[in-house]
Amino acid sequence: MSTVTSAMLPAATNVGSPGLNIAIFALFVVITLAIVIRASRNNRTAADYYAGGRAFSGRQNGIAIAGDYLSAASFLGIAGAIAVNGYDGFLYSIGFLVAWLVALLLVAELLRNTGRFTMADVLSFRLRQRPVRVAAAISTLVVSFFYLLAQMAGAGGLVALLLGVEARVGQSVVIAVVGVIMVGYVLIGGMKGTTWVQIIKATMLIIGAFVMTVWVLALYGFNLSAVLAGAVQASPKGEAILGPGLQYGASTTSKIDFISLALALVLGTAGLPHVLMRFYTVPTSKQARKSVEWAIWLIGIFYLFTLVLGYGAGALVGPATISAAPGGVNSAAPLLAYELGGTVLLGIIAAVAFATILAVVAGLTITASASYAHDIYGQVIKKGEGGADSEVRVARMTAVVIGIVAIIGGIFANGQNIAFLVALAFAIAASANLPTILYSLFWKRFNTRGALWSIYGGLISSVVLIAFSPTVSGGKVTAGKAASMITDPSIDFHWFPLANPGLVSIPLGFILGWLGTVTSKEHNEAKYAEMEVRSLTGAGAEKQVVRH
Amino acid sequence: MSNEALDREVAASDSGYRYAEVQQSTEFTDLRRRFRRFVFPLTALFMAWYFLYVLLSSFAVDFMSTKVFGEINVGLIFGLLQFVSTFAITVIYVRWANRHFDPAAEALRERMEGSAQ
Repeated sequence: MSTVTSAMLPAATNVGSPGLNIAIFALFVVITLAIVIRASRNNRTAADYYAGGRAFSGRQNGIAIAGDYLSAASFLGIAGAIAVNGYDGFLYSIGFLVAWLVALLLVAELLRNTGRFTMADVLSFRLRQRPVRVAAAISTLVVSFFYLLAQMAGAGGLVALLLGVEARVGQSVVIAVVGVIMVGYVLIGGMKGTTWVQIIKATMLIIGAFVMTVWVLALYGFNLSAVLAGAVQASPKGEAILGPGLQYGASTTSKIDFISLALALVLGTAGLPHVLMRFYTVPTSKQARKSVEWAIWLIGIFYLFTLVLGYGAGALVGPATISAAPGGVNSAAPLLAYELGGTVLLGIIAAVAFATILAVVAGLTITASASYAHDIYGQVIKKGEGGADSEVRVARMTAVVIGIVAIIGGIFANGQNIAFLVALAFAIAASANLPTILYSLFWKRFNTRGALWSIYGGLISSVVLIAFSPTVSGGKVTAGKAASMITDPSIDFHWFPLANPGLVSIPLGFILGWLGTVTSKEHNEAKYAEMEVRSLTGAGAEKQVVRH
Repeated sequence: MSNEALDREVAASDSGYRYAEVQQSTEFTDLRRRFRRFVFPLTALFMAWYFLYVLLSSFAVDFMSTKVFGEINVGLIFGLLQFVSTFAITVIYVRWANRHFDPAAEALRERMEGSAQ
């Protein structure tokens, strides 16, 4: 198992050494598991399990947010999109980054001051608890589920390239292993353990990307223009990869589709439940602000790296080789690592990519399990009288169930388009969650009917529009295969022209929230006063768990 | 210890602050106005700038593909400027919040916590 063997294999299949890749990955699991076990010794209360005792510093949480956010779609997906489609891939990273300003300016601190454990805490604060909690929990579960599927599907695809497991059964086994490890992290470590996994992973990922970026730039005399010239030379599309429109410029519909995607990206982040839940892990709203500040710097710098990595992969590996590799465009970054540093660097980057998926999946699992245990079991079924211990027990059981669902879903979704699933999660989050979050925090008149119409309206419209969009059936046919989830071109039930529903479903979520509100007379003046005063002053905010 | 932590949580959520009174006070309405006057225009600004960039990328392809120097074109420069503006807004907001918003919010909170005991 060495460069010699892999060099003899046909182009781009099984590059590197699977043995080494597995060894580095196993080392990561052992080290993080040890840290998780150590960190969890003090886990006692519900605030420990859900919110890490609210004891993380702003900087630690900022790094963990970067770990949560820079998923496989960010690292592998964007680098690959830039390598193949050039400029249009770069647009993704800009949307993903600018979106953080919504969280920084409008959401993070106010949310930290008013909530306890979940997104539903804030949404239901001054409305009728049970119906709003159920709606918010359902929306949390749906968003997390699609995000989870995307990560699990990504794991399956990566396996083909990195571990040399080409058989479908073998890939399924790897997906199951990923699922079991992630449930282990969550069960043992709770939010505290999961946060440490995110911190370690984010550090590895950013350092890895930094090393590769400097390496690529060094090969071109630290001249970005020369990297771009190399990419132009290697691309069959030539100069076109430097300008916009390669992926989205074909027709007016595809241009509108791009605007729809841009809207979903910029408004989705501040509605992602697993991102929102991270703001509860710090002691104060000031630390929540600091978290976002750190996250923006880290995520922004990372996306600047992916620009160089993407064009660098285009120049050094070539779009044709990347597209033909087992993992498709997602293999651009690993292939670039192999080109630069051979087996060892590929092994490290492969381990980083797996760590990325594992950590994001663990973060999603704890969010979804907390939402079910705290919102549906604790507040709706037990009406807040079940006690924190039984809630945490239910959260742990839920984590196991979610793990099983994710493994099964991941096996079925293996080979599906990762970007499609992630964009779906963003569009649902922006349509179903963000309108209610903003209305709750800023609109005095807002009430229960407005929240329910907005959450369910945004949720249903975005899911239905996706189901009847060209991403599910009837996509562009090349070589007898449609570019959709259903690749059989004879099955075509799409009627919605856009691949991303954001342009319709996000305004709809906002309009329904307004319409529901003005048609209902309900208004809880006292709770609104409490929410507004708490959100801005931090009075009565949940405190850090203090140990003696 | 765990019971103590739980007690704290209960105490925090059932605090006896007179929220409606505070909400009506000039100090609070002033704080709210200052907050909104700062974050709403900034939000409008970065959204407008982001969508200008998105629309130019969709409908002004030739302009965005104009080369400025070497292989660097207008689109890439505008894209990098989105990073610059995001970092700049972050720095500006954090500085404002630390210097101007926090002291006012803290003063109000301390008064509330003092009067609730």
